Amino acid sequence: MTPMKLDKFCLVGAIAALLALIFPLAGIDPDTGKQVAFVGDIPGLAIAMALCVIAGAAFTWLGVRTVISGAVILAVAVFGCSQAIATLYDYGVAGYAGTGFWLFIISLWAFVWRGIDVIANYRSLEMAKQQAANVIVPVAFGVWLLFVWEVVVSGFGVPQVLLPPPSMIGVRFVTSTDIMAADFYQTFVKAVLSGYVLGCGSAFVMAIAVDRVPFLKRGLLPLGNMVSALPIIGVAPIMVMWFGFDWQSKAAVIVIMTFFPMLVNTVTGLNAAGKLERDLMATYASGYWSTLFRLRLPAAMPFVFNALKINSTLALIGAIVAEFFGTPIVGMGFRISTEVGRMNIDMVWAEIALAALAGTVFYGAVAYIERKATSWHPSFRVRRH
Amino acid sequence: MTLKQVVNNVAEMPASKDAVVDIKNLSLTFQTADGPVYALSDVDLTINEGDFVSFIGPSGCGKTTLLRVIADLEKPTGGDISINGVSPEQARENRAYGYVFQAPALLPWRSIERNVTLPLEIMEISKEERIKRAHDALKLVELNGFEKKFPWQLSGGMQQRASIARALSFDADLLLMDEPFGALDEIVRDHLNEQLLKLWARTNKTVAFVTHSIPEAVYLSTKIVVMSPRPGRIIDVIETDFPRDRSLDIRETPEFLEIAHRVREGLRAGHSNDE
Repeated sequence: MTPMKLDKFCLVGAIAALLALIFPLAGIDPDTGKQVAFVGDIPGLAIAMALCVIAGAAFTWLGVRTVISGAVILAVAVFGCSQAIATLYDYGVAGYAGTGFWLFIISLWAFVWRGIDVIANYRSLEMAKQQAANVIVPVAFGVWLLFVWEVVVSGFGVPQVLLPPPSMIGVRFVTSTDIMAADFYQTFVKAVLSGYVLGCGSAFVMAIAVDRVPFLKRGLLPLGNMVSALPIIGVAPIMVMWFGFDWQSKAAVIVIMTFFPMLVNTVTGLNAAGKLERDLMATYASGYWSTLFRLRLPAAMPFVFNALKINSTLALIGAIVAEFFGTPIVGMGFRISTEVGRMNIDMVWAEIALAALAGTVFYGAVAYIERKATSWHPSFRVRRH
Repeated sequence: MTLKQVVNNVAEMPASKDAVVDIKNLSLTFQTADGPVYALSDVDLTINEGDFVSFIGPSGCGKTTLLRVIADLEKPTGGDISINGVSPEQARENRAYGYVFQAPALLPWRSIERNVTLPLEIMEISKEERIKRAHDALKLVELNGFEKKFPWQLSGGMQQRASIARALSFDADLLLMDEPFGALDEIVRDHLNEQLLKLWARTNKTVAFVTHSIPEAVYLSTKIVVMSPRPGRIIDVIETDFPRDRSLDIRETPEFLEIAHRVREGLRAGHSNDE
């Protein structure tokens, strides 16, 4: 065995938790002139800090090697996080967090880091276990970031107009589902999906035409390049004038945004089939359409899906920005622009969260279809014998 | 032509000796930025039905180009060429060619079976018939059982066999093979050569085979065409008289060595011409 090596993260965690017990937990309330809260008054927090000291010290010596020890560390950290949140809101420390509190957060950070690290390095031949580990790592990391956001904003008492804590956004999200659903329907289902299908579909058909007709390739591609360089901020109000306030104008903006990436990628993809394969089709006296469907389009699929993925995020951005320039009184972009004016920043953030969620799911769905449709491509191959 | 005409096994020779490929005075010049490149010049050649013709020569001698001209993948700039009495283009439209390239050129999104049925699909043959023919063709190259696999799940030698099955599936008049085993190791190559010979003996196909291996050319062929570069031309045509069902052992016989020697002499003469 190699000589005993101290686990640095656990050491930092233990020392920070120990110092957290000594340093003042909270600042002084200017009205009463007294410290807002003491560790001694909050049994849960005291237990959590003590646990951190004990677990930290133990694992500093033992080392964190197995998944179980990683899980124990994470469990201690999760308990600590819940107590930190309770301290902020139930004991009035929000806005008055002191050195002790932040030392405790540093201690938690060390444990979470070490715990996630262990799970991230977990390798198992069993698919289910490996997949579970693969899911836990990003989820745990995301939850930790939300926790830090919450604690920093509450602990320092950051004004809500600047940045509301995620809990407040979450509450707003859950309590205004009817508005959010209407906005989602207006912006995503009506504008984004129709614009996306129209833009990508027409560009795909155009790409085949461009590929077939040489003068289009020379004439239309540079023109398309120019169209793609148009600023959507400039185009959006014009589209609103042309197509009205409702979703049609947003769909038009999306068509302009998504058209060119799809066109260029498909044209490139149509030339992706190798010379050998084309010669092969020629020896079979395969016609233009036969070669197109049997060779060139399948070979172009990785490129087409690339464009579909790029466009899935572009489309949502286009719709939201376009709604800033006139819309019926519903829609995600409309909500963001009006609620900012009314200082309802939590609602703005809730809409941003909705947009992020919708965008991620949309992208994920396209990526999933890509995986299924181009499973033959080297980047997705799974050896099955 | 001064050819060594020895016919041993008359019974095994095809009854009719119709010319499948008839080339007269053929030449092909590529116009490039560095001036014209004479890829083929004054080529005369007849390939009869049931022949196994090998084209051998150093790289740049035009053997692949000649094969491509036969398959209508390149247009000649001079001379006459007819396939089954019609132009190469017409022959291509008639689906006369089964072309096997240097690389397997299997479509990665299709299973082995669907790769083999690709030409049949293009020729609009019914689905049951397609599957039956694919099955038969894969059996000929000993790939039965691999129908549902994808190309990348097979070794290089198996992929090349699958591409041969694809060329066999639609019963083309003429099998054109462009260094099909060039990228494979010697042991696999010997094995595939043996299989190819058996296949040729069984199907009685006409084969045009490009190679740069002298033993391969002598072992496989009924007719060896020795070519030389700059300009690409034929410098010798050697007919061999080994039985159709020859084994790898013939490579140790004096006749084999004699023919190999003649091929080598031809290649050397072509080279010295070049200097």
